[in-house]
Amino acid sequence: MTTDPATLKIIMAIVPKLRAFAISLSGNVDRADDLVQETLMRAIANIDSFEPGTNMQAWLFTILRNRFRSEYRKRKREVEDADGHYTDSLVSQPEQTSKLEYKELRAALEKLPSDQREALILVGASGFSYEEAAAICGCAVGTIKSRVNRARNRLAVELDVKSIDDFGPDRNTRAVLAANDRR
Amino acid sequence: MTEKPKGPDPNMNNPAEAGTKPRSGGLDRQIQAKIGQQLRAMYDEVVDQGVPDRFAELLKKLDGAQSTPKSEEDSRK
Repeated sequence: MTTDPATLKIIMAIVPKLRAFAISLSGNVDRADDLVQETLMRAIANIDSFEPGTNMQAWLFTILRNRFRSEYRKRKREVEDADGHYTDSLVSQPEQTSKLEYKELRAALEKLPSDQREALILVGASGFSYEEAAAICGCAVGTIKSRVNRARNRLAVELDVKSIDDFGPDRNTRAVLAANDRR
Repeated sequence: MTEKPKGPDPNMNNPAEAGTKPRSGGLDRQIQAKIGQQLRAMYDEVVDQGVPDRFAELLKKLDGAQSTPKSEEDSRK
């Protein structure tokens, strides 16, 4: 089987974005690169199911996202905590994230439920529309919107507490903010 | 669906929609703007690393004997 060189070129150009997405999802460069590799292998093996003229980036992101989710579900059964959140299993190994910048932000992302994290990254960083993000995640547009909003609010609280000087001028207002978000 | 993804959602800085508790306006927007900015910067930092050789080689290998251009650093739209 050969793939059209133009298609390969397009895929190659998307690899950096796939990596950024995978690293944001997993918080771990090595694991992310494995995910990207699996994604590329699947994509090439199934290139016939890609419809020319549709969004290749969305197609590749969908494959990667589904790989991550099926792996995640396996791990989740093992490590899910009482709150139902997938917490420290990845970030608790500092040497794995030491190569990464934006440590606070990454740590805060790790604390989000994975459906909120992926929605926030797709819309807020990858630049997909809500509609495209919904297609990638296989859910309704409204669901994506509410996940993105919840993710943003949680991140705000998370980062607010940790980098007071960066996030807002007024301690009292912040305290109110944080209190509002505790259930 | 559009062919190319649009830029990051301009509403990122306006969280007052879809089922979240509204919070104090100005400060909240400030925080959200900062988070949006950081999120994109974090993401773009990885994008800017280009295609690691590992993947350039993999794609070549996966595609059999077919030769492909060397890894493209300038891969951003």
